[in-house]
Amino acid sequence: MAWLLALLQTLLFISSAPLLAGWLKKVKCRLQNRRAPSIFQPYRDLRKLWKKEPIIAHPASWIFKAAPYVVLSTTVLTASIIPLIAVNLPTAKIADVVVLIGFFALGRFFLALAGMDIGTAFGGMGSSREMTVSSLAEPAMLMAVFTLAMSASTTNLSEAMKYVLDTGLVLRPSFIFAMLGLMLVAVAETGRIPVDNPTTHLELTMIHEAMILEYSGRYLGMIEWASQIKLMIYGVLIANIFFPWGIAQEFTLEALGVGAMALTFKLVVLTVLLSLTEVIFAKMRVFRVQEYLSFAYLLTLLGMLSHIILEVQH
Amino acid sequence: MIAAYLLLFIPLAGMLILSWVNDSHQAGRINIRFNTVALIASLWLAVNVLLQGPILSNTQMIYIDSFNVYLIALTAFVGLTTSIFSGPYMAHEQELGKVGKKRLRLYYTMYQGFMLAMYLVLTTNNMGVMWVAMEGATLATVLLVSLYRTPESVEAAWKYFILCGVGIAQALFGTVLLYFASEQIQGIQENALLWTVLYKNANLLNPSVMSIAFVFLLVGYGTKIGLVPLHNWLPDAHSEGPTPMSAILSGLLLNDALYAVVRCKMLVDGSLGNHQAGNLMMGFGLLSFLVAVLFLHRQHDIKRLFSYSSIEHMGLMTFAFGIGSPWATFAALFHMTTHSLTKSAIFVTVGYASQLAKTQRMEKIRGLIHTQPAIGWGLLMGTVAIAGFPPFGVFASEFLVLIATMDDYPWLTPLLLLGIGIAFAGLFRQIQPMVYGDVPQGQLPIKANLWPVMIHLGIVLCLGLAIPSFLGNWFNQATQLISGKLPL
Amino acid sequence: MDITQLSHYQQAIMLLAAMIVLTSFLMLGQSRLLRLVSIFSVQGVLLAITTALAADVLNSPHLYISALLTLSLKGIFIPFMLHRLVVNMGLHRDMETLKNPARVMMGGTGLVVFSYYVCLPIIKLSPLITLNTIAISMAVVLLGMLLMITRRQAVAHVVGFMSIENGLFFAAVVSTYGMPMVVELGIAFDVLVAAILFGVFFFHIRTSIDSLDVDQLNRLSEVEK
Repeated sequence: MAWLLALLQTLLFISSAPLLAGWLKKVKCRLQNRRAPSIFQPYRDLRKLWKKEPIIAHPASWIFKAAPYVVLSTTVLTASIIPLIAVNLPTAKIADVVVLIGFFALGRFFLALAGMDIGTAFGGMGSSREMTVSSLAEPAMLMAVFTLAMSASTTNLSEAMKYVLDTGLVLRPSFIFAMLGLMLVAVAETGRIPVDNPTTHLELTMIHEAMILEYSGRYLGMIEWASQIKLMIYGVLIANIFFPWGIAQEFTLEALGVGAMALTFKLVVLTVLLSLTEVIFAKMRVFRVQEYLSFAYLLTLLGMLSHIILEVQH
Repeated sequence: MIAAYLLLFIPLAGMLILSWVNDSHQAGRINIRFNTVALIASLWLAVNVLLQGPILSNTQMIYIDSFNVYLIALTAFVGLTTSIFSGPYMAHEQELGKVGKKRLRLYYTMYQGFMLAMYLVLTTNNMGVMWVAMEGATLATVLLVSLYRTPESVEAAWKYFILCGVGIAQALFGTVLLYFASEQIQGIQENALLWTVLYKNANLLNPSVMSIAFVFLLVGYGTKIGLVPLHNWLPDAHSEGPTPMSAILSGLLLNDALYAVVRCKMLVDGSLGNHQAGNLMMGFGLLSFLVAVLFLHRQHDIKRLFSYSSIEHMGLMTFAFGIGSPWATFAALFHMTTHSLTKSAIFVTVGYASQLAKTQRMEKIRGLIHTQPAIGWGLLMGTVAIAGFPPFGVFASEFLVLIATMDDYPWLTPLLLLGIGIAFAGLFRQIQPMVYGDVPQGQLPIKANLWPVMIHLGIVLCLGLAIPSFLGNWFNQATQLISGKLPL
Repeated sequence: MDITQLSHYQQAIMLLAAMIVLTSFLMLGQSRLLRLVSIFSVQGVLLAITTALAADVLNSPHLYISALLTLSLKGIFIPFMLHRLVVNMGLHRDMETLKNPARVMMGGTGLVVFSYYVCLPIIKLSPLITLNTIAISMAVVLLGMLLMITRRQAVAHVVGFMSIENGLFFAAVVSTYGMPMVVELGIAFDVLVAAILFGVFFFHIRTSIDSLDVDQLNRLSEVEK
């Protein structure tokens, strides 16, 4: 039963990811006074890409073809270990949050390799930039995660959420810092403004898009889908770790329904926030990204320090 | 008791009145009168304390014992003689067009403001108020350092302001910790910061808090003493401000900051029961002494020269208080007196000398004794006194410091001796040509009132020959208070 | 005992403490003067709120007065004065390029760790967990100093100086529930006078070196030029 539920939750996760992307686009268009496409547009895009024949460059090796599969499967696996609408699911027990970061790193590694595989200038540039960004973002993310782990005395996501639920509303300075830091990291890692702009293909500024410039058809579809799932993963992480209220703790229909509603609400709020920042801020120069990420690192480091200094009795 | 209140009231009234007086000659005279009255009040207070023992006011805000009453008298005395000098000196500066009427009004007002802050530091029983007054002294003098508004003086004042402000902020942190330690034993009370209360309970105060607090207090007040490496403001502020300012900064402010440190040390010693605070003070003191002595040789500005000499002597006193034995404490108290008197006398003479030569650059000041013997002799005698030549009091007090060091830390005596020797060479190498050298063309005598110098040096000479019994008694009492034992 | 056992008011004090230290860091990384001044004002307001909360939790009415003093001085008057001075002197367009902002920030976190280390013996003394904030207050003091060291603008120095005062005040509030009233009033008076004098000094410095870059205040030194 529980396993079935876990499977269903994962399916729900990956299938609703394009919906989240569509909704995000819609909010952003509204904020910019543009006419928005339907929120189901990402599904149509994916279907279209799926049908198209992928064209592969001559110098491409097996890595180029394998990368989309690796990226998608690691992302789906990651999605499966994150409690979406219920905690205590068996999948969540298998792996903890460090594994999650490892999965991300694995997917990114292959994507970077694939970017360089063809040998075009853009692919290499994108890969190098992506690795620079992630090498700065990962420590910050780890720091945020450790802060959480120190408070909850576990690195398991599900248990951590349960801990936060059990202790009720506690104004923890460390959580606020970790949350802010994680938000900044999420923006960088999912390639949103102000770090990267997913909608342009301007040579000088693109990071993520430069790597996948050579992909087409099915492969491109997989990568797009994976990045939509990734966006959702970050959203769910932030929403459920720091505001876990509403998530189902027992597997009744009623609790699960409430969990789904709560999650929807939280994600809606988060996406509105994200699109607001995207509208307000302009994209940074690539060289400023380092400052931005060191600020994120600083925040998470302060989170950990304030946990050590303020929150425990010596 | 009335005398103590009077002592605080007089400079306050002086401030208010002088801020209205536009005529600068008259303001100078009024300033002298206020300081005279303050001196009388302080003597009255001193007699009271000597006869009746420590005084604690009804509100417990004022506490006067033999330690601070002697400093009060010294402060009032140096304040008066410097004001006698400052009247004609500032009038001369006004004639030269260096300062305007408005700024002179500011000068006299702040002179009294500074005296008020000094008296408050010395009389208050509350460690918090002591901090407030100490910061107040900075605020009162900072505009005086930049009185001439030259780029150099503005720079000196800015340095003084920032360094002393930041430095003394550390002392506030120490005071907060002091309050915290005190509250640990008696709960939240308004009187938990009173020195008398703290001192009574010193052995109960938590040692680890007190040792951390003392580091902050020493660094904070030490900045004002001019301890190396926090001394950078001192030569600048002394050299760029008006000379009477340098005299009272050197003669009074540094002493009072040291007074604050010693008060804190008494508490920390009571709490810790070991020599940790003393060791810190000895370290800082010795470092300041040696560094300042070496810097004496590099100076080109006469006021900078003597301000380094001030750092040197303050270092020596801090060192002696740090040793903490009755002899050393006695020596330090004695040295405080002789140094204050001599140094303010020297700054007065230096002021005239630089007015005479129209510069503070030492290589341009020549032949003072030929142009105006009084100034030449004054400078020579002052330097002889401050360098520690035998008949003068500074010799006696330095000698006592050396003996006290010999008793407890014999291996440090050579260092001190070496330092005194280097300082002597540094001072005389520079002073000798200024006093005896060839007279530059067109150097004319100026109107100078050297009575304050004569009186100061006369007292220092007498002190060097014999300490009057009442003064000796006084020092003995203060020594007993600080070190717990009589020196003899 | 940890933070979960505290009341929400006390938790809020902890949170505000963390926010105050964050504002110190933001000041370190801020290159525009006007923003620096506004962050400083935010810090003052946070400090005032903390004091008011502490007054409520500890039931000591005199802290309300200090909260009011802090709010009016550090939250409103001094920032307002600095803001006006910056605009009047035409400095609001200037940007100070920070050398190695990341390194300064990391140095700042080092200072936080250092102050924690120094304050640990004090923290261990008391069962009150709110005392942990004393390490934060010392960190704010040290960060203020770091701000002064890394900047060349006189205005930034004043902001650093005042934020040191904020840290000290915060220390007094959290460790001893404020100083005795007479001392607190005295300190407030000193801060007020200092702020006004700083304002006067800006004009003096500008007339003497034609800028507020204190690196150019280098006439007095031991090395003869």
